[in-house]
Amino acid sequence: MLMTERERMAAEIKSLADKLGHSRTSLIPILLEVKRKYHRIDSYAMQVTGDLLGIHPVEVHSVVSFYAFLGDHPQGRFVIRLCRTISCAMQGKDRVQRQLENDLGIGFGQTTPDGSFTLEWANCMGMCDQGPALLVNDRIFTRVTPEKVHEILEECRSVFGVHAAESKEVHLV
Amino acid sequence: MSPIPTYFAQVPEAGLKAALQQDRPEIITQISASGLKGRGGAGFPTGVKWNFAGAAKAERKFVICNADEGEPGTFKDRVILMEHADLVFEGMTIAGKAIGAKEGILFLRGEYAYLRGALEDTLARRRDHNLLGKNILGSSLEFDIRIFMGAGAYICGEETALIEALEGFRGEPRNRPPFPVDTGYLGYPSIVNNVETLAWAACILANGPQWFRSHGTEKSTGRKIFSISGDCAKPGVYEFPLGITVAQLLKEVGGENAKAVQVGGASGQCVPAKDFGRTIAFEDIPTGGSVIVFGPDRDMLDVLHNFLEFFVDESCGQCTPCRLGNPKLLEGVEMLMKGSCSMAYLKELCSLGQSMQVASKCGLGQTSPSALLSVVEHFREEIMGRTLSTH
Repeated sequence: MLMTERERMAAEIKSLADKLGHSRTSLIPILLEVKRKYHRIDSYAMQVTGDLLGIHPVEVHSVVSFYAFLGDHPQGRFVIRLCRTISCAMQGKDRVQRQLENDLGIGFGQTTPDGSFTLEWANCMGMCDQGPALLVNDRIFTRVTPEKVHEILEECRSVFGVHAAESKEVHLV
Repeated sequence: MSPIPTYFAQVPEAGLKAALQQDRPEIITQISASGLKGRGGAGFPTGVKWNFAGAAKAERKFVICNADEGEPGTFKDRVILMEHADLVFEGMTIAGKAIGAKEGILFLRGEYAYLRGALEDTLARRRDHNLLGKNILGSSLEFDIRIFMGAGAYICGEETALIEALEGFRGEPRNRPPFPVDTGYLGYPSIVNNVETLAWAACILANGPQWFRSHGTEKSTGRKIFSISGDCAKPGVYEFPLGITVAQLLKEVGGENAKAVQVGGASGQCVPAKDFGRTIAFEDIPTGGSVIVFGPDRDMLDVLHNFLEFFVDESCGQCTPCRLGNPKLLEGVEMLMKGSCSMAYLKELCSLGQSMQVASKCGLGQTSPSALLSVVEHFREEIMGRTLSTH
């Protein structure tokens, strides 16, 4: 990572802590924001966060490694979480899984090489009467069929174009 | 599609206005008199919880609403938060007055992040209308609510794990006692109530404890919101009085030909067709509202496999019976699926399950073997001696 990028991230985490508070109770809210913005929480981000909240980075890591929505592995811009719990399983999540893997060329737990999509499993996401359900970042899709998978991915790709341009500008500044 | 819970449709803020006219013990007396029990599944009497927290002396107290709805097959809290958020916040404000708390926290699970915008808008509107903040509706009551996002952990539905997450730690349940009503969030007295419990509390203040008691059974008063999914014609959210039989419920949702029903989610119990005359109530089959219907062609081993994969994934890993027991049970189910499990080993598995029920630290490990034990009890014929072709 470039030094400037690190500095930018450190400054950003600092402003998050200023906004959300410098106590440990702000740890999860800060980490969720870091994850949302950078799609990963690397050891440097954990160090900075620990310093700001006055706790050891190992403590930060213990929290990062515990929660499904945190984690230090890098993720794509769009994290697709397919529900694998019983009601969705009974409504055909296997076929949706297969189609997602076919269309993206990756398995669950992996990220596409261009960094745009990550496939993950989710445990019951409370859409049992409308399964199979999946989340794309914060957006919920219900009654997903294998045919609909392509549509969902295409929609993400069209949004991705806009976001890519935005983030490029940020890098140039 | 889902019939809207009709009993939640009441005059807005009627409960809060009634509560503002009463002193703290009076509010708690009414909740106790109603017989309201925790709607998240544990069924702890709400009045008792409020009373403990109310009696505690501290500078700060907290009302925490548990919206970490993660039990497989449960989605009623999502619907309540989408359609009756005001009622939930009203219930929290009443709880705040009852126990003497000024701060409320809604713990919203990460998977429900898409609800947050609307909920924040509702909170802002309530502040504008003087239903939150200082001097609520001209009284001396001060109370406000903020939203805390969960980060994806089923175990945080357990109240002490939830508090750990709020404090910025791993969601590992604490030893109890001390209970949260005494030493909760940041060490202050806190009550953690389910979304539905708080909504009912507001209804009880508006309509009186007798109204609530007129529904349900003697030990399980009132009505309950159910989340129904699986092999039935009309899955969705329903409202029934407690004490309804499984058969009646199945008739309502169009699932009469079911061979079994899982009541209470993955941690609940599997009720076979011969027991459909039993009632859903705290004294018979307790539930947080999750009902999953299994049709005649469902393979109960597939169901068990799914549940145990869930528990292996969601165990926090803190205590040994749960951390090591669940993978062993899962392995056993896989052996059953392959047809390579002896009766002696199955008995070992059941005895391991029973050990986990007594030796695990929190509800997760104490209840995760229930599904296996009930399937072994009721569907032994179906699960033994499998060959690949019988599958």
